[in-house]
Amino acid sequence: MRKILIAAAAVMLASGASLFSASAAEKLKIGFIYLGPIGDLGWTYQHELARQALVKEFGDKIETTYLENVPEGPDAERAIEQLVRAGNKLIFTTSFGYMDPTLKVAKKYPNVHFEHATGYKRDKNMATYSARWYQGRYIQGQIAARMSKAGVLGYIGSFPIPEVVSGINATMLGAQTVNPNIKVKIIWVNTWFDPGKEADAAKALLDQGADIIMQHTDSPAPMQVASERGKLAFGQDSEMIKFGPKAQLTSILDTWAPYYIARVKAELDGSWKSEDTWGGLDSEMFEMAPYTNMPDDVKKMAEDTQAAIAAGKLQPFKCPVVGQDGKEVDCKGGDHLADDQVLGMNFYVKGVDDKIPGK
Amino acid sequence: MELVEAIVLAVLAASTPLLIAATGELVAERAGVLNLGVEGMMIVGAACGFAAAWLTGSTTLGALCGIVAGTLLSLIFAVMTLGLAVNQVATGLALTILGIGLSGLIGARFVGEKITPAAHLQIPGLTDIPLIGRILFGEDAFVYLSLALVVGVWLFLYRTRAGLVLRAIGDNHVSAHALGYPVLRIRLFAVMFGGACAGLAGAYLPLAYTPFFIPGMTAGRGWIALALVVFSSWQPGRLVVGAYLFGAVTILQLHAQGAGFGIPSQFMSALPYLATVIVLVLISRARTGGSTAPAALGTVFVPDR
Repeated sequence: MRKILIAAAAVMLASGASLFSASAAEKLKIGFIYLGPIGDLGWTYQHELARQALVKEFGDKIETTYLENVPEGPDAERAIEQLVRAGNKLIFTTSFGYMDPTLKVAKKYPNVHFEHATGYKRDKNMATYSARWYQGRYIQGQIAARMSKAGVLGYIGSFPIPEVVSGINATMLGAQTVNPNIKVKIIWVNTWFDPGKEADAAKALLDQGADIIMQHTDSPAPMQVASERGKLAFGQDSEMIKFGPKAQLTSILDTWAPYYIARVKAELDGSWKSEDTWGGLDSEMFEMAPYTNMPDDVKKMAEDTQAAIAAGKLQPFKCPVVGQDGKEVDCKGGDHLADDQVLGMNFYVKGVDDKIPGK
Repeated sequence: MELVEAIVLAVLAASTPLLIAATGELVAERAGVLNLGVEGMMIVGAACGFAAAWLTGSTTLGALCGIVAGTLLSLIFAVMTLGLAVNQVATGLALTILGIGLSGLIGARFVGEKITPAAHLQIPGLTDIPLIGRILFGEDAFVYLSLALVVGVWLFLYRTRAGLVLRAIGDNHVSAHALGYPVLRIRLFAVMFGGACAGLAGAYLPLAYTPFFIPGMTAGRGWIALALVVFSSWQPGRLVVGAYLFGAVTILQLHAQGAGFGIPSQFMSALPYLATVIVLVLISRARTGGSTAPAALGTVFVPDR
């Protein structure tokens, strides 16, 4: 009898102890602010995949929360603050337009760490991260120039911000290595996400003689239009081959998981620091979807270019970069444009027969 | 010339969902009910329409399911505003928020799936006529349906007794009630018709326009439909003009950009809205005195017992 009692007491102690330790090692709470719905199959969806990868990696050491459909601008401040009040210690704000709201909240709560995607403002407790997608667009430009029969590319832009402009330039620089006379038609839809409008823009580009569709907007609608018309296209953010099995050449895939895992690890072991991360093909910040619907020699060219960029042997913005006015752009980064020049790019390279809206 | 044909085809496709949703809302507003939940009813119609079409493989069933979904959602609005005499503006806004959430829930399972888009009419001989063949005889059923809907609504409003009663209720529900007309019952039907149209308009998007479902795919078209009703000064004929004008400006500005006219795209994107404002000003100037809105629009009616 006594033995049983002792055993019972031991069990109770043990369970009590384990309960105690569970509450002592508090879970790290991580919050996410999403621009679109998690089912957008594009930008937000890729961040959501990375969040799921975090949960898988760290299990019950962390607890994640996300808020979706948060509009950019001042309204976002409320959403970010809500995550802080809910006890989140590491918060990812995943769109450019959250930059100022994030900074404001970060100043208010110095003990919370913030990670802002694609912005340029930082603080002691606010890091930034982005990917060098222009590297992928350079590869796409080469493929497009090889695959286009008309020599005219159709480009759907969201907003004329430096990231999109540098994407257009990288595309053209890549394309010009294959066909110096390549042309591009650009349509700005002034939205990141409106499937109907994106589809209309794609139709307009094809009707005007472009035969390759490239997009810097988030829905698979342009891919689907290209597919219906028997034309070729590049996906955006995520794998879109389902919407154009015979149309997708490749797609730039945002792979945030490795970065998110590294940052959460740092947060857990106390080594988190505010940094500016701008990774490219060399550091897995993004990937290229399989090269499909193209002959083997084009595929080989794309793979070689990708390898050269990843190895640092090829710089998409290698000097001299010539602007539309025929003048060489100041080369501040040695043999290629400096990061600041790419991040703030507000000019078109020679060969783009268009004007940046509002300039 | 082929480009002109392509542009007209794109304009018709872009205008059709606006026209359908606005026609439904026009009837509701003519009865004196302002339902701001069009966007919400549309997106639920899109989700349910796509779900049904994907499960059954039938565009028709998809469209029907969209109609039913829109109608059901409008019933919530009817219970609140007609039954409980709650403020119409607040209820309509709440309905939109509810609809956006609900559609995400219903549609989550179907994101990333594809369906065959609605078939286009094909009459040998006629459809092949150059230039006008595809425009007149090669559209999908929704385009013809939308025009039939407008004609039907016009006939109903101006050529039937029931239409006259509906308009009377929209202008003065107290008098209509005193004359013995069932104000709330007729408003219920009008609201349901509005919901059905919004549901159908929503279903058009994933069934014919961009054949996949993605949350938020209506992207504000419900709000444009609401604006078009005001633009039309509550007259079905002008609604057709407004919807096609809006669609035309939207598509033409895309083409103008592609052709490199060098006009800032931000201005071009604002153009459809600017055109709406200008036409509104012209309409109000052309009229001498008085608003064209149904006099009892947006006011709740509580029958004396």
